[in-house]
Amino acid sequence: MIIKEIVNLISLWALPLIILFILTFAIIRKIPVYEAFIEGAKDGIKVSFNIIPYLVAIIVAVSMLRASGAIEALSGIMSGLLVKIRFPSDILPLAIVRSLSGSAALGVFSDIVSNNDINSYTSKLAAVMMGSSETTFYVLTVYFGAVGIKKYRYALLTGLFADFIGIVMSVIVAGFFFG
Amino acid sequence: MNYIWYFLIVISIIFGAINGRLNEVANAVFSGTELAVKIVLTLLGIMTFWLGIMKIAEKSGIVEILSKILKPAAKLIFPEIPKDSPIIGDVAMNFSANALGLANAATPMGIKAMEGMQKINIDKESASNSMCTLLAMNTAGFQLIPASVIAILAAAGAENPTEIIFPVLIVTSFSFICAIIISKIFQKIFPPQKPSEVNYDN
Repeated sequence: MIIKEIVNLISLWALPLIILFILTFAIIRKIPVYEAFIEGAKDGIKVSFNIIPYLVAIIVAVSMLRASGAIEALSGIMSGLLVKIRFPSDILPLAIVRSLSGSAALGVFSDIVSNNDINSYTSKLAAVMMGSSETTFYVLTVYFGAVGIKKYRYALLTGLFADFIGIVMSVIVAGFFFG
Repeated sequence: MNYIWYFLIVISIIFGAINGRLNEVANAVFSGTELAVKIVLTLLGIMTFWLGIMKIAEKSGIVEILSKILKPAAKLIFPEIPKDSPIIGDVAMNFSANALGLANAATPMGIKAMEGMQKINIDKESASNSMCTLLAMNTAGFQLIPASVIAILAAAGAENPTEIIFPVLIVTSFSFICAIIISKIFQKIFPPQKPSEVNYDN
């Protein structure tokens, strides 16, 4: 399978090549690479510690939500509605959780894959949805936390809208390719 | 964010009480804090390494070159950022790392761009338009290769795990473009930022 080989090649080489390119380019331009690295790396400590309060706030809230069973309840309410539009109800928890928590989404995805035939439409739809998802809450928390932004204005709303479009598009596209 | 955070917690407690899972909800507070610290610790290493590499990229002029190449696109998507600013180069590197599925590298690069944007932000506590657009680009999750999902599918014995690449590419490209457009629409609807009274020397 040629696509598979190309994918493997890119996954294998992307990171080493980027590092190699940046370092070699700098050495040619006579940049003291080691000193520059240390200078930049120092910021990493400050930035990471800045993020802690933001991350604790959001992760505690999301952990509480997951523990409360509210996500399952919401899936239960919505699933009756969704059967009508040919949306497999197994997928719903994934659609809900993918914006909130990356590790939870990965767990739900693994569940779907193991509870359904791996080559079924449901598994493939779940894979497309999982592959096209980004944990909106986490991204916002880390990026804004790093520079100390407390008022997100319309950033969260934009992210959630984009997530919703991603979910709808996943269903449409997966239906077209695998349905 | 105030209301959303409040509602997440209130809903958790109400549903915890209804479902008889208050104990689990209470425990989640502690497991949540633990998880947050674990994530930060992982992030600390990644952040330190990549911000070091990014400093090399910045000093050698790669970031600047990228900024120059992408000037026309940048003017359209980030009109507030002064032209030839290295911020655009940081955004470009963040985008490329995301596209290649290098999430670990993408985050520090995005944060570097955020720091640049924060320097020209008129209110240091609220998100500028450029910041919201950058976040929109990142939450849409544009990806050429969803490596982790392919790995799970392959491990579970899928016949052809790479067949999801093209569908994912279509979905993420579409939501990527939509996210930027939505961000621009909200920018017109939401009240503009006011300069903060406090004077920061940043």
